[in-house]
Amino acid sequence: MDATVWLFVAQLATIAAVLVALYIPLGNYLAVALTSPRHWRIERGFYRLIGADPDSGQSWGAYVRSVLAFSAVGILVVYALQRTQQWLPYSLGLPATSEHLAFNTAISFVTNTNWQSYSPELTLGYAVQLLGLAVQNVLSAAVGIAIAIALARGFAYRRRGEIGNFWVDLTRSTLRILLPFSIVAAVVLMAGGVIQNLAGFQEVSTITGGTQVIPGGPVASQEAIKLLGTNGGGFFNANSSHPFENPAPWTSLASILLMLAIPFALPRAFGRIVGDDRQGVAIAGVMAALFLVSVSLMTWAELSGGGTAPQAAGGALEGKEARFGIIGSTVFSTTSTITSTGAVNSMHDSYTALGGGMALVNMMLGEVAPGGVGAGLYGILVVAIIAVFIAGLMVGRTPEYLGKKIGAREIKLASLYILTTPTLVLVGTALSFAIPPVRADVESTSIWNPGTHGFSEVLYAFTSAANNNGSAFAGLTANTPWLNTALAVAMFLGRFLPIVFVLALAGSLAGQDAVPPTTGTLPTHTVQFGGLLAGTIVLVSALTYFPVLALGPLAEGLQ
Amino acid sequence: MIRQFWTALRALLVLTLVLGLGYPLVVTAIGQGALPAQANGSLERLDGQIVGSVLLGQSFTDAEGAPLPEWFQSRPSAAGAGYDGGASSGSNLGPSNDELVASIESRRAAIAEFEGVDPDRVPADALTASASGLDPHISPEYALLQVPRVAAARGLDESTVRELVESMIQGRDLGYLGEPTVNVLQLNIALAETD
Repeated sequence: MDATVWLFVAQLATIAAVLVALYIPLGNYLAVALTSPRHWRIERGFYRLIGADPDSGQSWGAYVRSVLAFSAVGILVVYALQRTQQWLPYSLGLPATSEHLAFNTAISFVTNTNWQSYSPELTLGYAVQLLGLAVQNVLSAAVGIAIAIALARGFAYRRRGEIGNFWVDLTRSTLRILLPFSIVAAVVLMAGGVIQNLAGFQEVSTITGGTQVIPGGPVASQEAIKLLGTNGGGFFNANSSHPFENPAPWTSLASILLMLAIPFALPRAFGRIVGDDRQGVAIAGVMAALFLVSVSLMTWAELSGGGTAPQAAGGALEGKEARFGIIGSTVFSTTSTITSTGAVNSMHDSYTALGGGMALVNMMLGEVAPGGVGAGLYGILVVAIIAVFIAGLMVGRTPEYLGKKIGAREIKLASLYILTTPTLVLVGTALSFAIPPVRADVESTSIWNPGTHGFSEVLYAFTSAANNNGSAFAGLTANTPWLNTALAVAMFLGRFLPIVFVLALAGSLAGQDAVPPTTGTLPTHTVQFGGLLAGTIVLVSALTYFPVLALGPLAEGLQ
Repeated sequence: MIRQFWTALRALLVLTLVLGLGYPLVVTAIGQGALPAQANGSLERLDGQIVGSVLLGQSFTDAEGAPLPEWFQSRPSAAGAGYDGGASSGSNLGPSNDELVASIESRRAAIAEFEGVDPDRVPADALTASASGLDPHISPEYALLQVPRVAAARGLDESTVRELVESMIQGRDLGYLGEPTVNVLQLNIALAETD
């Protein structure tokens, strides 16, 4: 046990050291890349081609319309590609997908969720994977970064009617950040054994005289952006547990670092943009503290190995790879669910009740520790607004954050943001069991494990969809008309309603003048404020979700 | 709003060419040029014939799925009928699922009988299906447990086979990442080459 603890500590220490070393240089790079007044020549050409003026700012309403138009077009194209798959080259002879699956998958990849109701190697050829999914892996992440930067501008700008230009933010996030980083990451992963070819399926004769199918595919390019963009959609059904996606313990650690790098550096970029580096440190500190508590709890649950099956086997190794072991699995799972990635290197459905419950809790926290690229930063800033409001109530002062007054409009928008995903999760889960024919279908077709665990599978699906995570208790058969449609709606509203609220908030903040700090102003870079922020994140989620957790993982784990 | 859609459509088309074609083809060119062995699946050969990938686990069973005593055995697999490279998957059975408990117990009994050991000595990785269903590794404990049976089936000295297994134990990456493992396909190829 002692040795095990040290393995855990050493792995976390490595992750912490890399993220601390990256914090300032990467954060500064992100800030400069996104806010520099200078355009690259190739970017100017692109703006001319698409008919956008890169030097004119957009009002928040215009910014919203650009985001929605771009995402709508993205959904249509990914839908169309799947529905015409049989005519596309490099489709491995696979047919078009059904209407409801294509609808679900299109929304899933455009919303940065990457929920997969299908088994990729049996369903999608290379054309859809590359022209549809890989493209949206980059672009949905770029949209997340754009929204976060627009909100940062809201805090930084004084009495301005604009919050930046979406086309510029999108282009720069893509060309200056995600694309070059992905190429480097893909090469590193290939060196570790991740495949990159267009070979299709190859049959070989084994040494026992049998045969085995060896799959091919452009996996490394997909894998790099899947992690870096906190997307999570696997090239293969087994996702990052597949040896061709994640061949070794060190590639698994590299995957973890790719998921965490940008979300943990964005607070630094935020600090730069609002002109106070300490604000970034405070936010990154809260993210790190929550991450540490969460990963410790999940690891403890899995090492304890509760439940009849882990006890019978002598360890919680069902659904885990031998090369990763328990600690290599739980650190990955925590990272994946507490960012908005949803990649898995072990099967969450087979985790102990409390270990799998932690994956649920990570998503229910709103994915802010550190959350998805961009989405994590704007998510935690919204909770920070709630936190200064609570502090303001306690001392009877008008709350302010970073020199901006938090008035009725700001609090309304922040509250709507906070309420969106829990509503989608709880209503979606409730409807699945409340409508008699739907319930019959869910219970007979979709649920895989009996009892409370089966309930947890459905709860997990809606939690994952509404929070744009994408991981699953994968025993659930989600490729049914009800779940494909309901989860697609949850993903769509769970992505775009919060984005509209955040951009409205950005517009409202940008229009304000700055309030000079006084002796009564609550400082928001202190450990005390960090504690208040972390407390608000935990309390809001706990109050919202405790009853439903009691019906699922807690009931199963405390049997 | 209509103008926004035209801008969006043109942006998406151009970016699709860059990200959906340019990016993967550049990575493919780098992979095929600089790292061809890895990019093509780390294929493993015996007597010049490709017999699998070092990264993908295999079944070492007869046509009926019964384990062959002259080969080291892999973990249970939920990929298709077992180690199906076209259908990677875990079992997704939950921690309190009676069906899983029953499989674990019957696997324990079967392995204990096959290896001729006490049921308590069968390690957890031998009793559980991996996440991918294509796990190429087993724990050193499970590999060492199989030594006497493999040696007997091949008419080799136990100590020879044991030394072979011990020479093929891979430690943790960097000394602290993951778990020590034995690659079953590599071990079986080494075994075939000993004969």
